[in-house]
Amino acid sequence: MAQLRVNPTRMELKRIRARYDTARRGHKLLKDKRDELMKKFLDIVREDKVLRERVEAGLAGVYRSFAAASAVIGRQMLVEALIMPGREVALDVEYRNLMSVTVPEFEAEILGDGGAAVFNYGLAFTSGELDASLRELAALLPDLVRMAELEKAVQLLAAEIEKTRRRVNALEYIIIPQYLETMKSIRMKLEENERGNTTRLMKVKDMMIEKKLMSKRKEAEAE
Amino acid sequence: MYKIGIIGERDSVLGFMSLGFSVHEVSGADEAAGVLHKLVSSGEYAIIFIIENLAERLSGEIEASKYHELPLPAIISLPGQSGNTGYGLAAIKDAVRRAVGADIVFND
Repeated sequence: MAQLRVNPTRMELKRIRARYDTARRGHKLLKDKRDELMKKFLDIVREDKVLRERVEAGLAGVYRSFAAASAVIGRQMLVEALIMPGREVALDVEYRNLMSVTVPEFEAEILGDGGAAVFNYGLAFTSGELDASLRELAALLPDLVRMAELEKAVQLLAAEIEKTRRRVNALEYIIIPQYLETMKSIRMKLEENERGNTTRLMKVKDMMIEKKLMSKRKEAEAE
Repeated sequence: MYKIGIIGERDSVLGFMSLGFSVHEVSGADEAAGVLHKLVSSGEYAIIFIIENLAERLSGEIEASKYHELPLPAIISLPGQSGNTGYGLAAIKDAVRRAVGADIVFND
């Protein structure tokens, strides 16, 4: 495992130990964040799955009756009937903070003549099928908006979870082992120095004793 | 106040006019990409629905533009007139796989 290139001093050891502690704490926090995000994410995905299946089934029905209407009154007539809608949908957007991810919430508001204006055409030249399919479609609107809200949250949360997961893994498998390795090597270097020092001292002491012995022997010879 | 946009081929999107969506008819993926970028950069849209067949072909483009990481707009695929291709569910599945690392919701 790669280790950091630092001077093997007590000061560096202290500094790296502080960074290691921070990394450990950060790792724990991020892990908790990831788990919580995942829980919320899966709740949303489950709800969205149900909703999407309902919307898709509803839309299939709408398209079917739409095709029927188109067959009865002709395509040109259909386009003319729809080209001037009597209403407009406006969305109110509010933001919610979900584990530090900003997700939008939509509230649909219908501008125009209200509910009846789904049919903004003369009833004389159009067929009942068209009315029915448009009514079905209008009934799907709340589901469509809710689904958009959920799927947007899914997309945003997925990106955030991926990012958090990468950070957790980087800390767990790279940064923290690196610090541990570095601390170990510094400690070993320091111990080695300590031993070197002790041996040197012992050696010096031996030399001093020898010198003393020599001088004592010389004194004895002189007498 | 934001608008809801929908991009797709004429037959699929015509009905949404009556709902009051802002409907953008396109005839191909290239045109759709242009319209999509225009709608996103206008900043007026909170939701942009794209009909599945186009959404599938634009997925690379959407990914590259990082639209999924912006809080707005929500770009959502819907099945079109020609039938449900399952792309919408596949997209969520993909998000789950990316986030969790395994598919744990749809394996039933």
